[in-house]
Amino acid sequence: MRGENGRKPRGLRDYELKMMFIVPTLVLLIAMNIFPLLWSLGLSFFRYSAIENSILKTSLFEVGLNYQADLNSGSISEELRQEFRNNGILLSQNATVSTEKKDSKWIIADKENEYYVKKKDKLDIIGYSKPPLKPVGTKNYSRLFTQRSTWSYFTTTAYFVLLAVSAQFIIGFGLALFLNREFKGKGMVTTLILVPMMLSPVVVGLFWRFILDSQWGLFNYLISLVPAALHRITAVLHFPGNVSAWFQNTASSARNIIWLTRPKAALFSLVIIDTWMWSPFMMLLSLAGLSAIPKYLYEAAEIDRASAWFKFRHITFPLVSPLLLIALLFRTMDAFKLFDLVYIATAGGPGSATETVSMNLYRRAFQDYRTGESCALAYMILIVIIALSSIYIKYLNKAKGDSQ
Amino acid sequence: MSRRSRKGTFHGIALVVIGISLIFYLIPIYWIIATSLKRWPDIFVMPPKFFFKPTLDSYVGLMTVRTMTPEGAKIVGASAYPRQLLNSVIIGFVSTALAVSLGTMSAYAFSRFQVKGKNDLMFFILSTRMLPPVVVIIPLFLMYRALHLIDTHFGLILLYTTFNVSFATWLMKGFIDEIPKEYEEAALVDGYSRFKAFVKIVLPQAITGIAATAVFCLITAWNEFAFALIMTTRNARTAPPALASRMGSSGVEWGQIAAGTFIFLLPVAVFTFIMRKHLLRGVTFGAIKK
Repeated sequence: MRGENGRKPRGLRDYELKMMFIVPTLVLLIAMNIFPLLWSLGLSFFRYSAIENSILKTSLFEVGLNYQADLNSGSISEELRQEFRNNGILLSQNATVSTEKKDSKWIIADKENEYYVKKKDKLDIIGYSKPPLKPVGTKNYSRLFTQRSTWSYFTTTAYFVLLAVSAQFIIGFGLALFLNREFKGKGMVTTLILVPMMLSPVVVGLFWRFILDSQWGLFNYLISLVPAALHRITAVLHFPGNVSAWFQNTASSARNIIWLTRPKAALFSLVIIDTWMWSPFMMLLSLAGLSAIPKYLYEAAEIDRASAWFKFRHITFPLVSPLLLIALLFRTMDAFKLFDLVYIATAGGPGSATETVSMNLYRRAFQDYRTGESCALAYMILIVIIALSSIYIKYLNKAKGDSQ
Repeated sequence: MSRRSRKGTFHGIALVVIGISLIFYLIPIYWIIATSLKRWPDIFVMPPKFFFKPTLDSYVGLMTVRTMTPEGAKIVGASAYPRQLLNSVIIGFVSTALAVSLGTMSAYAFSRFQVKGKNDLMFFILSTRMLPPVVVIIPLFLMYRALHLIDTHFGLILLYTTFNVSFATWLMKGFIDEIPKEYEEAALVDGYSRFKAFVKIVLPQAITGIAATAVFCLITAWNEFAFALIMTTRNARTAPPALASRMGSSGVEWGQIAAGTFIFLLPVAVFTFIMRKHLLRGVTFGAIKK
């Protein structure tokens, strides 16, 4: 058809134009996505550290000075080994310690690395030599698999995804059910609710840190208002027993809840922030699904005097479910990749209570410079994400088939 | 209670619920604006102050560097923040222009021409966007270091163009599919070249779509944090990592952080409002058109 109808087109021929239009995009995507992806796969089978020489020289950490005995014997005592371990460096059994020039500089040599030590009022571990690039087969993977912490980062992430996505689903879908009616200013209200999801996670994380502060945060103040009001009402009405006092206690303890810096509450705080940001997304997609349901289905059900639950169960839900699944797919993928918000709001802490896999990958890759190992972790994340999305897509196809 | 009045009651309840949720979504944003306009002691009072005498001190503090003199604080120059905002603007606009141009061109080709393995190629383009950035960030960092692209505007522009081009292709394909082919075919009969028909006939028709796509790309580039954090240090640093590091330095100047945050999110809020009709399409890669 096009360009083949006997008429000789002027200017570029269709084929040339087509190439000119498509090739730049494909080249860009291959160079910036596929090539790095393969490189990353390759690196995951190597022991490699991308640490820069300038970073090598900066101080890693300090330990106490009582290790002279180690130097005399040349071997590493359990205490010094522990100090290294506390700083994330595992010394092998064969590590040795030696000295250079009147013990102003110690060298702790492990089979892979050399750690340089400066002696001041403390031992200042000033850096380590860059380990050479070395193929290690699947060792990076097996190490990650056997590290208990790796699994705990995955579990933390899974908890977060589960809590955040279900909260967003319930709130977003519920809100859409309420919004799916005609009222004055509907367009305006919907748009205003959508603003949070367009904001940068950095800005959101920064600000929620302020709002969730346990001393002057707005959040605690607002949630304490309800029990405080109940306290006043029950006091005025002379409720029996200590109901009123109980409300007063609740109000004052609500005012002092510690959110982001308490291990048990930190992940939950992230869920609150993420839900504030992303439940509008669920709402938007649910609303689109709801408003696309033909009215006559409800009218027919009305004639049959069907209950509200029946209408919801047999009309609303099946017809919206494909869109809901798309929304859930998008959110699950995004929540699984969560990095910005964690970095800003908790930096993985306290301890490693909110250390998601992406956060841990950043730490391994750009703070510890365990580049090869990080690439292996990146591939583990990729596989989980592909597996998750294919499960969703399977259900999505099923839901689409059902609703037709 | 009759059915009708029960419905009326439910309608009333629904409006109350909508009102409460509106407050829930907007209070944090109001709080940012309020904090940015408060005097320093007012920021940390309990119970919080909802009404106060506004001042622009935080904005002045954010944008300038001051020194203490016997006569009080004196402004000695601009802080790094205006420059970082400018970086965000430059990188955002240039990468958006590139991504939308490339995306519109490839979308046109996919929409109008027969392309071998079209569906596979489109899926490939989509999958690059779905790829978690953490998977490619390490090799990209090594690549950028080798090519001396770390901390350059060009480096970030290239990255953001790549992220957005897949999105732009998908969104624009949806918009171009909706333009009837007959217009161009008529132009071709009139002796237009295919390229001229694209420029003179298709582009003007697709202008709404292009604008919507551009806004989404711009917001993505504007908000991006992880790559900006790793790939920039000083020269090309954009506002998001700069705001994040403000947190660590100089105590916690919440007033200034609020001011910086508000300046940063204002354009996004305005654009969201302008683009409200296209939001659904934008956030679903054009999967849902309405």
